[in-house]
Amino acid sequence: MVLPALAMFILFGVVPLVGVLVLSFTQWDGLGPIHPSGVSNWRVALKDPGLYHALWVTFEIMILSWLVQTPISLLLGVFLAGRQRYRSFLAVLFFIPLLLSSAAIAITYKALLDPNFGLGPGLHLGLLTQDWLGEAKLAVGVIIFIVSWQFIPFHSLIYQGGVRQIPTSMYEAAAIDGAGRVRQFFSITVPQLKYTIITSSTLMVIGSLTFFDLIFVLTAGGPGDSTRVLALLMYQQGFQANQMGLASVIAVVIVLLGLFLALLLRRLGGSTTDSQMEGM
Amino acid sequence: MTTSRRRFLQLVGGGAAAAGLAACGTSGPKSSGDSAEGAAAAATGATYWFLTAQPQQGIRENQVKRFNAANSGAQIKITEFQNDAFKQKIKTAIGAGQAPTLIWGWGGGGLKSYVDANQVDDLTDWFGQNADLKNSIFPSAFGAATVGGKIYAMPVETTTPIVLYWNKRVFEKVGAQPPQSWGDIMDLVPKFNDQGIAPFSLGGQSRWTNMMWLEFLFDRIGGPEVFQAVFDGKPDAWNDPSAIQGLTEVQNLVKANGFIKGFSSITADSNADQALLYTGKAAMMLHGAWTYGNMKSSGGDFVTGGHLGYMNFPPVDGGKGDPSNTVGNPAQYLSISSKASDGEKETAKKFLSTNTLDDASVDEWVKTGNIPVVKSAKAKLASVTDKNDNAWLNFVYDTSADAKSFAQSWDQALSPAAAEALLDNIAKLFQLSVTPQQFASNMNAVLGK
Repeated sequence: MVLPALAMFILFGVVPLVGVLVLSFTQWDGLGPIHPSGVSNWRVALKDPGLYHALWVTFEIMILSWLVQTPISLLLGVFLAGRQRYRSFLAVLFFIPLLLSSAAIAITYKALLDPNFGLGPGLHLGLLTQDWLGEAKLAVGVIIFIVSWQFIPFHSLIYQGGVRQIPTSMYEAAAIDGAGRVRQFFSITVPQLKYTIITSSTLMVIGSLTFFDLIFVLTAGGPGDSTRVLALLMYQQGFQANQMGLASVIAVVIVLLGLFLALLLRRLGGSTTDSQMEGM
Repeated sequence: MTTSRRRFLQLVGGGAAAAGLAACGTSGPKSSGDSAEGAAAAATGATYWFLTAQPQQGIRENQVKRFNAANSGAQIKITEFQNDAFKQKIKTAIGAGQAPTLIWGWGGGGLKSYVDANQVDDLTDWFGQNADLKNSIFPSAFGAATVGGKIYAMPVETTTPIVLYWNKRVFEKVGAQPPQSWGDIMDLVPKFNDQGIAPFSLGGQSRWTNMMWLEFLFDRIGGPEVFQAVFDGKPDAWNDPSAIQGLTEVQNLVKANGFIKGFSSITADSNADQALLYTGKAAMMLHGAWTYGNMKSSGGDFVTGGHLGYMNFPPVDGGKGDPSNTVGNPAQYLSISSKASDGEKETAKKFLSTNTLDDASVDEWVKTGNIPVVKSAKAKLASVTDKNDNAWLNFVYDTSADAKSFAQSWDQALSPAAAEALLDNIAKLFQLSVTPQQFASNMNAVLGK
């Protein structure tokens, strides 16, 4: 039973990875023959301030979008797991952004935020008439907002599932002990959702390492290089500058970073053999 | 090794194409229905990929339709792409050995990279056998088709210099005169800003749009030699005093709010920069001659009512460059894939000689406000009855024909690696995040790459 899965993993996971690793030690323009070049790409890439800038932007977007998404998703998830009125109707509304493709979202937002023909100038709203995508700080903020808008529904769904797994007897016991709703949330819901939080955070963190489509369409890394994340830098080096070797170095950096962060988050979660049901 | 590399590239290429397609969103590539018979005649049928966007797209489609109607045995099958998607897709397809028979492009550095990888055929002998065809084309168009003294592409379609457009209605409203010099431009900036009109429209996110400013400033200040030195890879070429002055001038214009608010988030692909000019939100725009057609069709009575003004870029006081010089795209180019079969190549060559610059095509180009790259275009101009179109076409023809130097767009002339570094640094220059000196030293580092 393991064989098909293993074969798929090797074919689509390991082989391209090894290919990229090999390419990172070569000079190749994507058209002609491949020339081995030793570590020269690595030397060029690691000396390039562009790489460190892209790393910084990637982490900036990763951390800020995590900070925005996690609390909102958690609260929404808890709300959606409850039995309030109109809950399922509201849930449908929340999930709409999840149904749209990133490219469509980017094109729509780009049109809405246009400083000359967008929503702000159209409705004569001074506050909305900013150079949203043309100023470095605003552009980063806009990207974090759109990413959060797009992915909060998904993470809410994860939290909703997590909350439904918590035995109601725990809340009943807490209520008897006189714990209010806020106390119940912090003393039962959040600790019980520990692994859900780690799962959702891992998805967010690894997801933001490979952010590409939204930023590519929205700002193409601009203004200047202020929203140029690692994946975008890799694309530009590989497919616009025809330097596949250099692009492969960046790809390897992304892979290593992703592995490191995923392992780190697993560590933070502690051993999975601990029971969360002690005393039950 | 070859097979595995190809296989690998196909995977990579698929991913890139998917990204490119996802990016264009509004219209993915679509294959034409002309292939119905083409499939049966696959042995000699050729493939041809080109760009969408009217009116050029329709003219290309008609060329293929006429060819297919006249050659029942050898059909051409077309696939259409948006500009940016095309640039990525064609490169990966060529690298993966899956290039179309006819490779459409801009010549220059991109063509050279195909030549270096032996991906396109040498057409020098073919032009020798078809001397009449060769002699009918503007000689200046062959520069960007020639690599190492050999011709690897046929100049087709149109000659498109970069032009300074201005909105006559806005100039009348403000009571201003079109600029005669760089000094005039800088004087006009506060005049328009005081009226709440942006002096210049600019689709800065596309980056090559910003580059057009430097192309002219370098030329007007120091002549075509300045960029020629860069092209030749002479050490320290970007540090030329004329280059530094040009870079400084453009930053002065940015600092004076010469460009429309939010220019760095506007893309040229969406034609929003043209819309700013014809809606009167901006007074002037530096852009390619290819934008005339869209401004005419989308701009209401802007073009038809005679409200569009245009001129060659004005001189810079004390500059060395000849004011007749221009920059832009001398032509578009078609090459033949070296990986195509002999039958496919025959079909492609027949298409090149009979259907790219034939009378019907020339008529269509002229009708849509373009100057095709053939000498016979001038004679056609007399038959254009529309007063505005006639004046425009004569202007473009004279600008191209009278130019002492018609330099190719920098990003097309340079290798892809150097072009990417150039566009990156230009974006930063316009963001004022690098100084002219930093720009020069960053670019000196990639000279000759």
